Amino acid sequence: MALAKAINESLRRALEADPKVLVMGEDVGKLGGVFRVTDGLQKDFGDERVIDTPLAESGIVGTAIGLALRGYRPVVEIQFDGFVFPAYDQIVTQLAKMHARSLGKVKLPVVVRIPYGGGIGAVEHHSESPEALFAHVAGLKVVSPSNASDAYWMMQQAIQSDDPVIYFEPKRRYWDKGEVATDAIPGPLHRARVVREGTDLTLAAYGPMVKLCQEAADAAAEEGKSLEVLDLRSISPLDFDTVQASVERTRRLVVVHEAPVFLGSGAEIAARITERCFYHLEAPVLRVGGYHAPYPPARLEEEYLPGLDRVLDAVDRALAY
Amino acid sequence: MTVDSSATRKPRRSAAGKAGTTGSKAGSAGPQRTARATRAGAQESTEPQLVQLLTPGGERVENAENAAYEPYVAAITPEELRGLYRDMVLTRRFDAEATALQRQGELGLWASLLGQEAAQIGSGRATREDDYVFPTYREHGVAWCRGVDPTNLLGMFRGVNNGGWDPNGNNFHLYTIVIGSQALHATGYAMGIAKDGADAAVIAYFGDGASSQGDVAEAFTFSAVYNAPVVFFCQNNQWAISEPTEKQSRVPLYQRARGFGFPGVRVDGNDVLACLAVTRWALERARNGEGPTLVEAYTYRMGAHTTSDDPTRYRHDDERAAWEAKDPILRLRRYLEASNHADDGFFAELESESEALGKRVREVVRAMPDPDHLAIFENVYADGHALVDEERAQFAAYQASFADAEAEGV
Repeated sequence: MALAKAINESLRRALEADPKVLVMGEDVGKLGGVFRVTDGLQKDFGDERVIDTPLAESGIVGTAIGLALRGYRPVVEIQFDGFVFPAYDQIVTQLAKMHARSLGKVKLPVVVRIPYGGGIGAVEHHSESPEALFAHVAGLKVVSPSNASDAYWMMQQAIQSDDPVIYFEPKRRYWDKGEVATDAIPGPLHRARVVREGTDLTLAAYGPMVKLCQEAADAAAEEGKSLEVLDLRSISPLDFDTVQASVERTRRLVVVHEAPVFLGSGAEIAARITERCFYHLEAPVLRVGGYHAPYPPARLEEEYLPGLDRVLDAVDRALAY
Repeated sequence: MTVDSSATRKPRRSAAGKAGTTGSKAGSAGPQRTARATRAGAQESTEPQLVQLLTPGGERVENAENAAYEPYVAAITPEELRGLYRDMVLTRRFDAEATALQRQGELGLWASLLGQEAAQIGSGRATREDDYVFPTYREHGVAWCRGVDPTNLLGMFRGVNNGGWDPNGNNFHLYTIVIGSQALHATGYAMGIAKDGADAAVIAYFGDGASSQGDVAEAFTFSAVYNAPVVFFCQNNQWAISEPTEKQSRVPLYQRARGFGFPGVRVDGNDVLACLAVTRWALERARNGEGPTLVEAYTYRMGAHTTSDDPTRYRHDDERAAWEAKDPILRLRRYLEASNHADDGFFAELESESEALGKRVREVVRAMPDPDHLAIFENVYADGHALVDEERAQFAAYQASFADAEAEGV
């Protein structure tokens, strides 16, 4: 099942299971979303459950907060990463803080779905990775699946969570297929996963970069290097225990994400792992990611995005210590 | 203001039924400009059109123009009128105590409602128990009407919490500091009421400055599109900190509703009876499935924006003096006295009650304990978060280290 279809099936399951679950956003109804992630849901659940909204991102999130206060569990779609900023105020100043401000009396089980990241040749504001901006805000949980199975189960868990969850969907992986065991019992939403074991170095990534890191590990294996690959899955909270355990085995760590490196999630991982594993490390924690520049026009995005060579270059540098 | 001046106005001209005929911009802006031009003098005859049932002199206004709202207060009893008066007096007393407590250093900040008692008590008393209220941060009178203990409002201003009451306890949401955000929460909540098939309604409060915010415009859009049972109650107190309403809009604020496809009404915000009637009308529309309404309560913030503000830098004393003549409490007292609905005993008893409230507020505020240090980490998440757990443990250990050192006599 394709990753996008897995999310669709997960939303369908949630809509069937709980009449309080709503799907809201621009074009999510008749069109099924610009990526067809919500395809067919309005047809089956009606426009009172799968709601086409006005073109107003702050309005989408702000009304979702009100609906959650009334007992609903809205899953809202922000059409593209760069369009979330009109809603950023509602997410940061309201959605994230209302539980604390009410001393726990109010719960806001709102899921904000954001297709994110580049690699699809889009115009500006359609390829960004703003996850660190959300992970920095207490009160929000931030996750990003890398494969169809996780996309399915993490959506189930995000909807069931009583906390607001920012659910970043790797849009360039929407069409990647994978097995989804819909009757399985998933692991915890925020636990990282070792997707490939290795002994020489750990590659840590999430969302669209997990597949790249697996490819890098394949390439490195041909050169006799054994790389471990972690799928972090969750950016807030971040499962440092799994990263630490891996680094204590491999003694080297490279973090890979599409977002700009400066003050990004890789910086946090590098700092914490250095603190936790200082005497285990054979090399500084290195980061591979975007530059401190606006996301470039499509003809340049291959230069901007981490690719196989940049990841392998960082691996070589770490191994050279 | 004279009865005649009000009688020449057509308060429902902007109602939905007539919204199809768009008035000229110049015509819409006219009354507002006229009012501004004479702000200092505040000539009664140049007041913008508004619904008024009680003149500043305490006389009842009954005419064809406000006839649509009369039924909503036609059956009001002397006891209910005395209740509205009591609400306004006690709310003003509470507000004065809070201002004094800020000056004494007991509160970090206070946002006074002085002058806006009628707008808040009239609209607040129009709500039903199962309605839901989304305030901004100055709705102390509305909170009073909803049964929220007023001392609960002081916690956030004293700095012991960021809220202080259970929103679902009285269907009165927490104060919202970011201007206009709550208009969307109110709209979403109202959409939920409609989905539930309930007949309750929602009322969202905001000020004239908030009317410029995108969130308020988006709330208008969503509420209109989904026909949400919500009343937008804009207290136009003339000043958004230092900026007059002209810096927010070229047209009277109530006319904004027309462009979104629902009615807007301007009411005399210093007339508690008119505020009660118009809000009851608007809430009834909402409950009947007729969708949103914008009520602009035309009033005046008599004090500063907050205790940190200095209104002498941007407005004249004579403007305040002109509005003092339209005091909401005084005008109802005049009416109560003229109609023999209240005697000296009532006013004396209320004075005692007011004193007692002031005393209780002072005592409760001074006795408010500082929160436990670990409260920083409480309720950040409903389901918990590993980072919060880790930092809480670190902080607790750090705090404990002082106790250990003290025990060892270091």
